Amino acid sequence: MAESKPKPKIQKEAVSIPKQKPQERRQNFNEVSLGYSEEQALAEANRCLQCPKPQCIQGCPVEIEIPAFIKLIREGKFEEAVKKLKEKNSLPAICGRVCPQEEQCQKFCVVGKVGDPVSIGRLERFVADWERAKGVKVSDNTSSTDKKVAIIGAGPAGLTAAADLAKLGHKIVIFEALHLPGGVLVYGIPEFRLPKSIVRAEVDYIEKLGAELKLGYLIGRTHTIPELLKERGFDAVFIGTGAGLPAFMGVPGENLGGIYSANEFLIRVNLMKSYAFPAYDTPIRIGKHVVVIGGGNVAMDSARSALRLGAEEVCIVYRRSREELPARKEEVENAEEEGILCKFLAAPTKFIGDEKGWVKAMECICMELGPPDESGRRRPVPVKGSEFVMDADTVIVAIGRTPNPIIQSTTEGLAVTRWGTIVTDENGKTSLDGVYAGGDIVTGEATVISAMGAGKKAAKAIHEYLTKKQQSIAS
Amino acid sequence: MYRILVRKELAPKIKLFEVSAPEIAEKARSGQFIILIIGKTGERIPLTIAGYDRKKGTISFAFNEVGKTTKQLGLMKEGECIDTITGPLGNASEIRNFGKVLCVGGGVMIAPMFLQVQALKEAGNKVTTIIGARIKDLLFFEDEMKAHSDKLYVATDDGSKGYKGLNFLEEILAKEKFDHCVAMGPFVMMKNVCEKTKPFGITTIVTLTPIMVDGMGMCGVCRVTVGGKMKFACVDGPEFDGHAVDFDGLIKRQKLFLPEERLSSLLWEKLGGCSFGGK
Repeated sequence: MAESKPKPKIQKEAVSIPKQKPQERRQNFNEVSLGYSEEQALAEANRCLQCPKPQCIQGCPVEIEIPAFIKLIREGKFEEAVKKLKEKNSLPAICGRVCPQEEQCQKFCVVGKVGDPVSIGRLERFVADWERAKGVKVSDNTSSTDKKVAIIGAGPAGLTAAADLAKLGHKIVIFEALHLPGGVLVYGIPEFRLPKSIVRAEVDYIEKLGAELKLGYLIGRTHTIPELLKERGFDAVFIGTGAGLPAFMGVPGENLGGIYSANEFLIRVNLMKSYAFPAYDTPIRIGKHVVVIGGGNVAMDSARSALRLGAEEVCIVYRRSREELPARKEEVENAEEEGILCKFLAAPTKFIGDEKGWVKAMECICMELGPPDESGRRRPVPVKGSEFVMDADTVIVAIGRTPNPIIQSTTEGLAVTRWGTIVTDENGKTSLDGVYAGGDIVTGEATVISAMGAGKKAAKAIHEYLTKKQQSIAS
Repeated sequence: MYRILVRKELAPKIKLFEVSAPEIAEKARSGQFIILIIGKTGERIPLTIAGYDRKKGTISFAFNEVGKTTKQLGLMKEGECIDTITGPLGNASEIRNFGKVLCVGGGVMIAPMFLQVQALKEAGNKVTTIIGARIKDLLFFEDEMKAHSDKLYVATDDGSKGYKGLNFLEEILAKEKFDHCVAMGPFVMMKNVCEKTKPFGITTIVTLTPIMVDGMGMCGVCRVTVGGKMKFACVDGPEFDGHAVDFDGLIKRQKLFLPEERLSSLLWEKLGGCSFGGK
């Protein structure tokens, strides 16, 4: 295809992405966004100004050379565009779907000052999908070191670190506690936002790079980190175990039936496929009036899943206002298009059960916004006497998670914050020699891409550590 | 894949499997559990470890054929493989010389209780054991328990063997002084034991494996109120101070998915014991 010259005048609006219609998609778990066609991708790529000093790259936690890969799309060189992406990002099909680009690369896009920013994420997704449809090629790994690295957790941080270290020729073993790889990408993010076949394909790619995957191994129990280093021949360890235990609100009635943590609800639906019960063994029960507590992406995912499971009405209850919603704007829009209701400035005070021990209603109190708290957001303050009761026969609590304690309690000398997250330097090095960590286990709950960024940084640091170790042995 | 090496019928619908799982066997200790999955469409179920042999690289566990997964498991033969076993999970029991220990094992949990009895005996304790079941046919390990305990009592709900119910426990407690008590069995039984030991101030440790999904500290379905605080059986337990456990809450939560469990089991049986999709 001949290079299409950038038009002198930039189209202010981004090429919109085809989606399943709200009425249709609320009945199924298929992906909502259908992705750009080749024509649409070319048109969108043409909106990029190819700035001599690109601003977008600073917004990318893995520093993809964004203008370069877009230029290759523009030239129809999709194969090379993928290669360019994969120099920095081993999981482009995933990032193209779940990265909050509006907060990252696209926030800095110069075109965004006059109209919509260039849809970098959609373009990333387009080329990654193009490659997958065609069949992923892995270049032969020529170099190989005799160093062995254990990656704990096959989520975004671990998979990224594994890919980068495997490419550098190290022997990689990924220990995943669950029976399927992908971490939050399989147990958390629903099929309609990130099809599991895509995660599988990305994991296959990492296995093709030479990484070995061990499923059903809970490090801290089956083996501990000291054992991996001292007895099992590993030279370094990367901990990417993610966010852990669900947080609850501590209000009366939380143990009633029908009250799920978002983690439980999403694990049942996504990982265990309980939407297909009884063909799959794990059950889930959805009532008529579903209430989701919280305002992040996990809350949106839970609400939209509940709708697809047949709830009559799904209402998100958030203690701040619309402006403070931490979820991606795109996901909030998708949710509202599907008919999900939002009740702002309210928080539950107790759950009311029926005689069988199932929740039937929720008492809430209205909130107003006071001065900002330490997070910089305005603090919600309860309004005295404003209690009200709403119907709720299923409640999903999506107010965050706290770190899983198993590794911390079985690894002597590993420095931990008072919240239970692991302490690292800016390169992911922990207080222990040869032990690195990254992702939610270090930062607390954050995004897929920031975990990948951390995995990437740690991989670089681990490589340097191993190289230095090699040299000191040699000399 | 985890190969079944020994399949033993302990009582009607109660089986004990010894499976090859060298890496789990290396770490397994009394009180811990495993999560097991059969097939590609299976659920994750927790089962308490009932034995391990580090040299042979095996672990064993017992199960009661009550739901689809355990019924499926019951049909498996020696030499066949279980798809996934993760473990050992949860915290191991505190095993030390307490002095005089009372061990109460009920139903299928008599099997892991036997492991605990052996460990407590080895640690130098004087061990009095009670094993109980609904009816006499469901009792097992009587000889084994006798061999490893200083004293053994047998009880059944219907009185078909030994004492009828657990009320005799009050007499024993009034006569003898115990320093420690361990109870493993159905929630109702453990609650009963706790109510009886409480007036005597005997620390009573109970093992809780309620409904779990991941079993490693992610989903929170195994939450239980202990001493007024929310605890997760999978990572904070599975053993807790029985006198602080809210058993009534636990018993209610255990029934949450009863209709679905029945449906799943019924469909499976009606369709001739075959698996849907998966496998």
